[in-house]
Amino acid sequence: MRSIWRTLDHRPLADIGLACLAVFFIGLSYGAIAVASGFPLWVPAVQSVLVLAGASEFLFVGIVAAGGSPIAAALAGLLVNSRHLPYGLALPPGVTGRRWGRLLGTHVMNDESVVFALAQPDLERKRAAYWACGLGVLACWPGGAVIGALIGSAVHDTSAFGLDAMFPAVILALIVKDLRNPRTLRAALAGAAIALAAAPFLPAGLPVLLALPAVLLLVRESAVTPQADRQPVVAQAGSTP
Amino acid sequence: MKNPTLVVAGMATLAAGTYAFRLSGQLLRARITFPPRAARLLEAAAVILLAALVATTALTEGHGFSGFARPAGVLVAGVLAWRKAPFLVVVIAAAAVTALLRLAGVP
Repeated sequence: MRSIWRTLDHRPLADIGLACLAVFFIGLSYGAIAVASGFPLWVPAVQSVLVLAGASEFLFVGIVAAGGSPIAAALAGLLVNSRHLPYGLALPPGVTGRRWGRLLGTHVMNDESVVFALAQPDLERKRAAYWACGLGVLACWPGGAVIGALIGSAVHDTSAFGLDAMFPAVILALIVKDLRNPRTLRAALAGAAIALAAAPFLPAGLPVLLALPAVLLLVRESAVTPQADRQPVVAQAGSTP
Repeated sequence: MKNPTLVVAGMATLAAGTYAFRLSGQLLRARITFPPRAARLLEAAAVILLAALVATTALTEGHGFSGFARPAGVLVAGVLAWRKAPFLVVVIAAAAVTALLRLAGVP
């Protein structure tokens, strides 16, 4: 893992460190919320290690705390986490590691590690960014959750501190460079509009998946756009110094 | 927690299923070679999913509206991120704006 520090520049490393710090703080609110909802400490602790996908864990805890069946809560969480399938498709082969390393490399696939990997210009740096961020999240998310659960009895009202605004802000900050491409922005806005329109009627998680057909906007446009105008969405953003 | 056994079963289902999602995308990719355009579309698809996740987590709570404080905080964060503010500034601004609005009585 030492090669991570040699391969990456200071800038992406600093950004990854800050992303992990943000994950730690969101983990704090997760642990605190889970304990405040009546779960024993081991639930957020075990779940944060084994699931390692924040939004679905919040959802699971929320549904079970509201009286829903844990199995239904798990299925709702899986709906949210189904976005990891296109993530796996988007990552170039080799980023998640080989042989045994890949068992862990697959587990540390999350919103942040995928975005940081895709933003890097070549395979070596993609792999370094992916592992630095993935392992950082693997340490910070459960760490935050356990500490949050421990101090959970002290902080009852996490919404008073605006902690619920941090999760969407983290994700938004991570994709903003891709949104500078006007076509990606248009498709993303269309997808967001679909998800918002569906949110009042469908179970949590499903609206996000319904946003996916917005990618068709890009299919049609890239078919009629001249070759010279086509540039990789993420590579373009990653190549700016 | 009413039924610990069922909760453990739910946690195991979520953990195993999530791992399966993480693995299956990679396995599919290893079997199919994608033309560059398709690969770019897949990357864009991930951005679209994340944008939808931002919109729904910022604006909705359950099946209803989340109130104004949270989306206002996320909006400020978005503007700061667009103007290339440091990541931590963006994230802390989101929490601070939301907290201050709630302190002022905005839902």
